[in-house]
Amino acid sequence: MTLLDARGVTKSFAGITALDGVALDVDAGEMVGLIGPNGAGKTTFFNCLLGMLRPDGGTISFDGKDLTRVPTHRRARLGIGRTFQRIELFAGMTPREHLFVAERARRGDGRLWKDLLGLGRPKPDELARVEETLELLSLTADADRPIEALSLGRGRVVEIGRALMTNPKLLLLDEPSSGLDHNETAELSQILQHVNGERHCAILLVEHDVPMVRALVTRVFVLDFGRLIASGSTNDVFADAAVRKAYIGDVV
Amino acid sequence: MDNFFGGLTDGVAYGAVYALLAIGLVLAYKTSGVFNIAFGVQAYASGALYYTLHTSHDVAIIPAFIVSVVLLAPLIGVILDRLLFRFLRSAPEMSRLVVALGLLVAIPGIVQLKFDQTLAISSQGIVPHGDTVYNIGPAVLNRDQLAIIVTTAIVALAVIVLFRYTAVGLRMRAVVESSRMAELNGVNSDRVSMLSWVLTSFVAGLAGVLLPQITGNQVVDVYYTTLVTAAIVAAVLASLTSVPLALAAGIGLGVLQEWLNRFLPTNSVVASNIRPGLPFIALFLVLALDPRLRHRRGTTDPLANVDPPPPAPVAGTRSSELTWGTRIFWCVIGAIYLYYVFFHGNDSVLDDAIRIAIYAIIFCSIVVATGLAGQVSFAQATFAGIGGAVSAQLATQQGMSVILTILIGALVAGVVGMVVSIPALRLGGIFLTLFTFAFALAFENVFLKFGWITGGIFPEAEPRPQLGSVDFANNKSFLALCLVVLVLVSAGVVLVRGGTTGRFLDAVRGSQVAAASIGISATRARIVTFGLSAAIAGLGGGLLTSYEGHYTPTNWATFVGLFWVVIVVTLGPRTIEGALQAAFGFILFAKRVLPVWLPWLINHIQPFGHVGTLPAAVQYIFFGLGAVTYAKHPEGILEANKRKPMQKIQALIDRRRSSGEPPETATSGAAPA
Amino acid sequence: MTITPAPPPLLELEHVDAGYGPFHAIFDVSFAVEAGRVLTLLGANGAGKTTIARVCSGLVVPTKGSVRFAGEELAGKPAYVYARRGIVHAPEGRSVFASLSVEENLHLALGRGRDKADVARRVSRAYELFPRLGERRRQLAGTLSGGEQRMLSLSRVMVDEPRLLIADELSLGLAPIIVDEVYATLATIRDAGTTLLIIEQHVDHALGIADDALLLAQGEISERGDALQMRAAVQRMLTNQ
Repeated sequence: MTLLDARGVTKSFAGITALDGVALDVDAGEMVGLIGPNGAGKTTFFNCLLGMLRPDGGTISFDGKDLTRVPTHRRARLGIGRTFQRIELFAGMTPREHLFVAERARRGDGRLWKDLLGLGRPKPDELARVEETLELLSLTADADRPIEALSLGRGRVVEIGRALMTNPKLLLLDEPSSGLDHNETAELSQILQHVNGERHCAILLVEHDVPMVRALVTRVFVLDFGRLIASGSTNDVFADAAVRKAYIGDVV
Repeated sequence: MDNFFGGLTDGVAYGAVYALLAIGLVLAYKTSGVFNIAFGVQAYASGALYYTLHTSHDVAIIPAFIVSVVLLAPLIGVILDRLLFRFLRSAPEMSRLVVALGLLVAIPGIVQLKFDQTLAISSQGIVPHGDTVYNIGPAVLNRDQLAIIVTTAIVALAVIVLFRYTAVGLRMRAVVESSRMAELNGVNSDRVSMLSWVLTSFVAGLAGVLLPQITGNQVVDVYYTTLVTAAIVAAVLASLTSVPLALAAGIGLGVLQEWLNRFLPTNSVVASNIRPGLPFIALFLVLALDPRLRHRRGTTDPLANVDPPPPAPVAGTRSSELTWGTRIFWCVIGAIYLYYVFFHGNDSVLDDAIRIAIYAIIFCSIVVATGLAGQVSFAQATFAGIGGAVSAQLATQQGMSVILTILIGALVAGVVGMVVSIPALRLGGIFLTLFTFAFALAFENVFLKFGWITGGIFPEAEPRPQLGSVDFANNKSFLALCLVVLVLVSAGVVLVRGGTTGRFLDAVRGSQVAAASIGISATRARIVTFGLSAAIAGLGGGLLTSYEGHYTPTNWATFVGLFWVVIVVTLGPRTIEGALQAAFGFILFAKRVLPVWLPWLINHIQPFGHVGTLPAAVQYIFFGLGAVTYAKHPEGILEANKRKPMQKIQALIDRRRSSGEPPETATSGAAPA
Repeated sequence: MTITPAPPPLLELEHVDAGYGPFHAIFDVSFAVEAGRVLTLLGANGAGKTTIARVCSGLVVPTKGSVRFAGEELAGKPAYVYARRGIVHAPEGRSVFASLSVEENLHLALGRGRDKADVARRVSRAYELFPRLGERRRQLAGTLSGGEQRMLSLSRVMVDEPRLLIADELSLGLAPIIVDEVYATLATIRDAGTTLLIIEQHVDHALGIADDALLLAQGEISERGDALQMRAAVQRMLTNQ
């Protein structure tokens, strides 16, 4: 079943075409990669998916609904979770609090009067769900440390956990291995596989680490100069001469 | 035609002042990253010194000019840079604005220790025979006006050349973005930033000696600040970056104002209410409508993490025993104080207590806006005033129950707060604060002058509330009412902080994009907080109006609201404890500490001489300089200074039960490696 | 080969401790880099690589120990002194001024102590090397893509001819094809005689260009040697985990 269906997405800035009729689809529960050289339009495409930019043309539908006019924070409620290339965590909160805030946001009952009546305290079932996700990601040991004390690798896992609390059907990961060392990258790959298996959420992975992409995803889309130059199964795409020339650079 | 040309020439002269100040603001923002709201008081310092030297001590123009503009003004710049702003280069833009706000309050206080501004009437400008008139074609200008126009033109040209063609202008802009990266490029950041401040302060000094010529030859701090506030609109129209735009906008504003002056019927509502408020209405509209200001993100210093991480807030480092201990301690102190007030205090002590309770309620609104949401609002006094006015109107005109009118007043203030926050939502950081400032000033200058809002010169009386058989006309019972309200408001703030809204606000403050990615709408969170904060302020406003028996406009002046921000920020903007401390400080400092307690203390500890009542200006110096520490201690300097004693007490507790479990030490967050 | 007394190494750290406030990042670090050689720092995240780079460019002042550059003691001096001695540090992450245009960035970096004609010549050489920058010379650097920003910092380094270049994670967030270009560029800089200090997550890339390497763990140097020996050491470390 197709979960995310983007067709003919076009966006230009001041006369420069950043995206030119990009089509991309992700099935439910599938892991898909999106690669391309820097400046190819990956970030622009990402921002269009998330509603931070409005495309000039084309349609994006998610789970059968047209996303064109849906504001960013509502897309999260529809089931799109994301992480950030430059890590974005809430200063002064512990990992547990990060997950708890996301759980509250998912329930969408942040009414002021409830707070004023003292109904804003954490409820047992909310805490249980937080605990469950902490365990899934092996974050329990770090759960109550201040976020500033965590390493970049752990921080990325907290970001994934925060996104998971909203019960996403699709997780968008923006260069999750950027800045991680060898071991941290390996650990992250494992966690992603685990999450995909346990929570059955589809993953769209934007990444430069070719071995990581090859190990994780079944299908890959390749962007270059705002156009889709290849798409298909991972092995086929990485064997494609045009892709190797534009992205990996070992074919002259 | 006469009116047209007369308006044009006078307008250009007047507008040149706006332009000069706007260029000063742009220059300061571009070269030091500070929205220098204290630019006017820096100018005032030079103006005051020049006046004292030239008019009172008969020093000739040139030496007086050299001392006040060429020496004093850059010296102020050097002091500000060395002692304050060089430590704030990586601090958020908002912290730097609050520090400048502290200066706005403190500098006039310092100047007035030596300078009596009530004597500074009919001072002379720096131009000899300034009223000599020249006819230039159809234009008629006097020497004073020419001097201002020529100075503005020279400054504008010099600043444009500085930014377009010189290496030092480039270095100044680089240092503002990241002093560390500039150093990696071989730039001596300390020297460049000092130069920036010297230059900006020199322009401020220049404006300082020129300004009295258009303010009726008076050297009064409020005139300077008001002119700078009006000039903000020109600086904002220039997006705080373009000097030519600031010049054009400033002159345009001056000309528009003079034309309105001449062409509008003199006795209309427009003439009496709109015209004086024009710059503020313009600022309000520009901020609400200018698309360039939306979603504007300040560039952050990519090397900010070279600094050591900030220590955790004191409140967070306390263990549960210590938290309870602190609470019990304060309850006991509060009980003793209230016992004294209720059973032994005279009327004056009772009056203090009532005002403290009411201002504590009002300051809770600042805790909500600043402590919870991280926004600095300059319009809290206006919201409180709206609450007071509505409740006074309803009680006297409609004869409604006063308790009910106070609640309705709070509700109306809350709704106004929400409505004001809607256009402001797309503005971030300092522009949001400026928007609240524009709203407050526009409200004060336009709406407050309508009789139907405040009752005009004879303000509406407001009786004391009555609840069933309890009549709160008695001050003791009124105090009890205020205390109940204070407890309810505090409990509400604590619940909101610990509840969903507080967590969402923490998240939005931590990272707006990340909050949006999990479905939290920053828009909604902000509207709710602004509404809540304004409603709390309105509640306090209603209570004070009822206590005093009538609506008092001076209680709610915009600049009073600025002082509130300063005092709360100094004494603890994050907690109820901080709001209470601020209320005590606000009421007692001017009334008890400066005239009685402090002189008594000084006279008892030193044998050298007798000290009488300390001047009220000391209060502004004290709290203004306190707010200057905001960037370093965002939780308030008093709270920050509780850290050490609290840690000692904590250590004692830990030692006592060190029988096995490891002590709960505060983790202050490790730095990135 | 005749034996002459060895000149002092270009950069020499001795018993350096450094950190951020209460947080200690590196302990008792000592090493030297001879002029014209390439040293790479390896190690897991959090091992202290970036802190060492910052000590070498004066961004972080060591709490203990000495930093000597061409025989001159620089520890405790402000960072601009290091820069004026010819040390160029391309910090990790964004390393260009977002609020300045491409051309202004170049002028700022190259302007100090050079006459106008020289600066103009170097700026136009930077545009020759990276024509894409020339097309965008008036554009604000903050609006460039990540790869273009990296080009800008590289171009600056290439035409500046520093004595010591400190490159911290230059390949971060770059596509493989661009990483290759970056390393080709670094090789050119090395061949021109510049001494390099390289921090890199891609061990293969780093060791491909380096003469010597240091392996760091928890803020201390755990192993050191030439690139060949270190390749084996890193392999051992990775297989052990």
